[in-house]
This record gives sequence, structure tokens and C-alpha cells, in this order.
Amino acid sequence: MCLAVPAKITRLEKPNLGLVDYAGTEVRTNFSLLPQARVGDWVIVHAGFAISLMDKKEARKTLRLFREMAKAA
Amino acid sequence: MKELRNQKAVAGLLRDISGLARALPSPVRVMEVCGTHTMSLFKHGLTPLLAGAGVEMISGPGCPVCITPNGVHEAALALLTQREGLTLATFGDMTRVPTSKGALQAGVPARNSRLRIVYSPGEALEEARRSPERETVFFGAGFETTIPAIAVTVQEAEEAGLSNFSVLRALWLIPPALRALLQSGNIAIAGFLYPGHVSAIIGLRPYAFIAEEYGIPGAVAGFEPGDILLAVRSVLAQLAEGKPRVALEYSRAVRPDGNPVARKLMDEVFEPYDATWRGLGTIPGSGLKFRKKYLAFDAGRKFRLRIPESGGDLPGCRCGEVLRAAIRPDGCRLFASKCTPESPLGPCMVSYEGACLIHYKYGRGKKGDA
Repeated sequence: MCLAVPAKITRLEKPNLGLVDYAGTEVRTNFSLLPQARVGDWVIVHAGFAISLMDKKEARKTLRLFREMAKAA
Repeated sequence: MKELRNQKAVAGLLRDISGLARALPSPVRVMEVCGTHTMSLFKHGLTPLLAGAGVEMISGPGCPVCITPNGVHEAALALLTQREGLTLATFGDMTRVPTSKGALQAGVPARNSRLRIVYSPGEALEEARRSPERETVFFGAGFETTIPAIAVTVQEAEEAGLSNFSVLRALWLIPPALRALLQSGNIAIAGFLYPGHVSAIIGLRPYAFIAEEYGIPGAVAGFEPGDILLAVRSVLAQLAEGKPRVALEYSRAVRPDGNPVARKLMDEVFEPYDATWRGLGTIPGSGLKFRKKYLAFDAGRKFRLRIPESGGDLPGCRCGEVLRAAIRPDGCRLFASKCTPESPLGPCMVSYEGACLIHYKYGRGKKGDA
């Protein structure tokens, strides 16, 4: 039930509705829980609602860590 | 994010974990609270790999479909089969939970009533808007991840003056359940993997008591194999240092203070009460009910439903014990014999977050194949 997916915002409309691109499909999404979201942001979507903003800097940090581990191994 | 599945990185993490585990009293037992973590652990074959590295993963109560007592499922069935002109909208898993009176999907709806599977509470609200002459009830089970979405839906219904929309609620809070598990003292847990998306809402602070009062470490984990192993490594490192805390290993999606907007909305619509979980009993402050202002949206009240807190289980089903980690799925005599995904005898074999279904699908499959 807590399955949620990362998706990119492609359009925002009022009030608090918009579209996200999830693996090539545009999905209608409610942004009431994330009023600060902007087009182009990546968000976590659960049950039709964006619940969290993806932090690009933190994502890059994690990726870097894994690339280094892959090299070191 | 394919890097988070990189085999060399995964192997490196497993080596770290194995090294840390060797210095700790075995077995190092770590509970993954969330059913979606259980699924990822099994799907990617991490559970046996971790066992080989000296870490025993055990599944927690993180499946809302499963922990909802059958009394609630039976109340939903009664509504569908007895109330005319009604749409009962719910998540797919919820329609297949077996009860002593049958599953929702097998119920014969009352005249002009129907069952509808939705993926969002918003879809149920749309139906209520489109069909003002009908009643629409959203049968919503969920944790903190899902509850804010339901709160928004209820507020939208209130603002639109929709009197034909209501919610049959099965809303559960994770931290009080973890406290109850620890207080029971029945299982020795060395550390916790905290649920990633529940934490995206509640943040880190609600778990602090686990480190402070119980001295047990934990880490919020994402759902890729790399995410999970990073979190396990963090838990073991905390054990080695003797410094338990609440670590955040899913920082791309979770803020330390969660989502305050979502929490505020949740708090506007709902208030905590002592709720009864399948297998865990009544836990103080572990469920949410409507605040006075929104009582008109409570389907239980609106349709005068009788919702018993226990009973209605099929004989022999030990889902409750699986949920409190008292037994593993294959510790149940029915597992993979009489109880299978095709003919489940309890919700743990129905929900894709249910430990029994996951063990059946990705784990040992049939009994004795171990």
C-alpha cells in the first residue's frame, strides 16, 4: 500500500492538480500535499498524490557513493 | 537509479555488513517494518544474501490490508450487499481479503450497488461528484503515507458540499505499533529498517524513542537493493559503535522533518484513538478517527455499521502471528498447502505487501523447498 514511484512534473494546473511523467506515461496527480512543487521537479507519487519532493543533490550524493563502491570492488 | 542495483556495489555492501555482523552476537535480527521492503528484499534475493552475511531479516506489521481486522472487512461487505444505490470504492487488494462471510469481490451487491477498484481516493471523490444520486463510500486502509491523501479528499468533499461521499476508515499509525511490539518483549530485535514513504510524511522524530528508550538502532530505507543494504549497514555500524540513533539512508526522498503540510492536513481531519490491529491487539493512539467537524464523512456512523474489533477470521489462519513476527509464514500449517495466492485464507496471502504472499512468490515457494 505504501508503494510509491518517482515521477517528473510536466504540468501544473489550479487548484493543486497536474500531470507527472511516470516512465513515459502522463498521470494525473494531486499536489495538495506539496504546494511548493514546480514543473520539472521530481516527486514521489503515492495513490494519486505527490507526497515528497526528490532532492537532486541528495540523489547525486547517493549515486556517487554507489559509483565509487562499484569501482572499488 | 540503476547504480543502486550494481552488482559490485551490492557485493561490497554485503562484505561490509558481513564484517560488521561477525563482531556482533548472532543472529543479528533486523526487522523491516514495511511490506514494500519485504517485497524488495525477496524480489532481489537479498534476504538469503543477508542471512549468509549474518543478518536475519524479519518482517514487521507494515501491511495495512493485513492489519485491518476482519470485522472492518465484513462491515464493508455488509454495506455492499445490503445498501442499495451505493458504490464501494477501494484498493484492489482489499476486495480479495477472505472473511467468514466471504471476500468483497465475491459479494453480491445490493440492487443498483457496485464495487469499484480505484488506485486513488481522488477517484472515489470524482465518482461521488459525477453521481450525486448515489452514495459513494471509499473503503480506505492505509498508514501515514496514504492518510494525508484521504484527508485532502475529505476536505475537498466538505468544501464542495458533497453529502453523498464518505470513508470507511482503516487508518493506522506506525510508531505506536512499534512501541507495542517492543513493549510486548516477545521478540528480540537488534535494529529496524524504517519505512521510506511513511517517513516521507512523519520524518525521523517519531522513531526517536526507539533509540532513546530501548537503545535500538534504526535507519530509514529506500526501496532499491542498494538503499536497503545501505540502511542495514548503518544499523550494524550503530550496533558496533553502541550509539543507537535514527539514521536517514533515503535522503533523496525523505526530509528529516517529513512533510509538515501533509501532517497538518491529516491533523485537521483526523484524531488518534486506541485502535485494534489484527494480531497486535488494542494499541494506544494507533488509529485515526474523524474529528467532530468531519464526522458526517464517517461511513461507519453514516450507515450505522457494526464493526467488531475481532473475529471473522478463517479457522487456522495465523496472519496475526505473522504480523507480530511471532512466526514466519512457513510456520503456519496452511501456508502453501491449503492457503495459496489463488485461494488465500487470510490477508497476509492476499496483499502484495503481505508476508505470506511474498514468501510464497519469491521465497521458498512450497513448504520444504528451503
